[in-house]
Amino acid sequence: MKPRFRTSYDADIDRFQGRWHRAQYLLLIAVAVAAPWMLGAYYVGELSSVLVWSLAGLGLMLLVGHTGQVSLGHAAFMAIGAFTHLALMLRGWPFLPALIAATLASGISGALLALPILRLSGIYLAIATLALGILVEDLAIIAEPITGGVRGLVAPPIDMFGFTIDRYGTPIAFYYLCLSVVVLVTLAYANLLRSPTGRAFMAVRDSEISARALGVNITRTKTLAFALSCAITGLAGALYAHLAQAVNFESFLVIISIALLLQVIVGGLGSIHGAFFGAVVIVLLPQGIAIGRDLLADVGIRVAAYPGLDMAVFAVIIIVLMILEPRGLYGVWIRVRTWLELFPLYRKGMFKRARSYLKTERLK
Amino acid sequence: MDTLQLLISGIANGCIYGLIALGFVLIYKASESVNFAQGDMMILGAFLAIALINTNQADLPFLLGLAIAGLSLGIFAYLLDSLLLRRVFGQPQLTMVILTIALGFVLRFVIGAIWGHDPVGLESPVAGQRLSLGALSVPVIDAVIIGTTVFLVAVLWLFFARTRLGLAMQASSQNQVAAYYMGIPVKRVVSLVWAMSGVMAAIAGVLFAAKGAVEPAAGLVFGIKAFAAAVIGGLGSLPGALAGGLLIGIMEPFAGRHLPSHLAQVFPYALMLLVLIIRPSGLFAQVRQKKV
Repeated sequence: MKPRFRTSYDADIDRFQGRWHRAQYLLLIAVAVAAPWMLGAYYVGELSSVLVWSLAGLGLMLLVGHTGQVSLGHAAFMAIGAFTHLALMLRGWPFLPALIAATLASGISGALLALPILRLSGIYLAIATLALGILVEDLAIIAEPITGGVRGLVAPPIDMFGFTIDRYGTPIAFYYLCLSVVVLVTLAYANLLRSPTGRAFMAVRDSEISARALGVNITRTKTLAFALSCAITGLAGALYAHLAQAVNFESFLVIISIALLLQVIVGGLGSIHGAFFGAVVIVLLPQGIAIGRDLLADVGIRVAAYPGLDMAVFAVIIIVLMILEPRGLYGVWIRVRTWLELFPLYRKGMFKRARSYLKTERLK
Repeated sequence: MDTLQLLISGIANGCIYGLIALGFVLIYKASESVNFAQGDMMILGAFLAIALINTNQADLPFLLGLAIAGLSLGIFAYLLDSLLLRRVFGQPQLTMVILTIALGFVLRFVIGAIWGHDPVGLESPVAGQRLSLGALSVPVIDAVIIGTTVFLVAVLWLFFARTRLGLAMQASSQNQVAAYYMGIPVKRVVSLVWAMSGVMAAIAGVLFAAKGAVEPAAGLVFGIKAFAAAVIGGLGSLPGALAGGLLIGIMEPFAGRHLPSHLAQVFPYALMLLVLIIRPSGLFAQVRQKKV
């Protein structure tokens, strides 16, 4: 933790704190670009999956982590993005216009739904979005001309700039497609957070009353946050459609919405890193469990394959994190980093949370 | 006559929803949070009772099995609150929501790992019997469900109105600090409320399993539906929860008969969304908007 001397306004608002910080992220991107040459085709697919879920997590993070509005129905917007995208592509639209249209469609539907729903707050908002998620599940069956009904839709291969991109045919090209979308969205997200709009989001999260006193239009801010969040999630849904190759109503069950919320919470609410950490956990956990089971089998301990074990392990991780470190894996990472930076000087209570009190809803 | 038949079956279902919804409301009033694992606790109660009562299992008498299942769920819920959930007290509501959702996943997995994923029915003394009143023929279990619910609600009402502990619960749900100053051990009272809602979940689970069959995956859907009932009635109101449960239970079979099947399935949720948007604090709300 070197003290930083800022000599210009640009240095003050720079996203990166100094050269070393910038170099770290360049290194991360270099590793991400080089990854396909180091891993087999299967793991490239898994990495693409991590990226797609990170993107969905980013969408939800904007709403839950930075604006403080809970959504338990975000898979609904993934569904809107995915079905719009595939329906347009199957009607002959090229990939990029269809992707943009899908993003806009989910953003606009998010904005329209936000108007009645965002009057609610806290648990009630969570429930309303949960109901929304369940409704969209069934809408996906009813709107058969667009969504293909119970059978769903199959993703056509992507033709772009003379390349054909296919999840299984050319996994590396698909990985790069996901990577570029994720990098662009992350940059836009990071920029948004230091703009007046992003500050307004966080002001609404921390205290609606003080935000209003500072001249933030609460309704507009919340609606905008919901729309942006749904747009990003819809974009992730469109990419997910290509990742999964075929989607129907079962791809976006309400349990996916819940898992997505748990994902951003495991990662750490209120941080961009959190969305990525959470996605890594949720995608690679089943892998990790399978590998662990194989290792145990090698030393002679047989563990039966229980259905739902990965979700249960994930839930236990959540419970432990919620109690010990409510800021999720990002909070753990911050602690580790500080410990390393300060090495012999780290004190135990440095990240002790200030005592917070429940805002009661009871009548006084 | 057909309509009457549907109505009675709907009321019986509604009673089960109502009992679960009562559990939601009790916990909401006590700790201003929602126990999303309530549906899974109900399924746990049902499977415990099945393991105790069914003839190919422990083969205990029905009422004894019911009492053991109810008691163990009560103890489980008490320990859950005092050992685990207490630790996040004071953090935003979302924390508790997430914690109970995660708990639901764990419970669902444990139930599935122990008892398998197939639907199982509970053997009850009244299984298959029907009660005939003129041209009307009602399964006895429906009558038992309705009777049990009426009895439980009466007991609850007496408990809250007349007993010392019931008054202490009311007091600590209205203002915890003031209750604490009056000498009420608020923490223990809150844990006891959790225990009560655990017992209610077990009874609802037993009734549900005796009427049809239970499977581990049913917990989530049933929990959400009962939650819809609680929200429709207003999360802060005990009579509202029961009324919401009855409303959903009664309207469901009629929606199933008169609406296309997809619409009938989503009907409770659409109703809940509508209530939330028009009257966010529920149809029978006690909590008014706090002025700042």
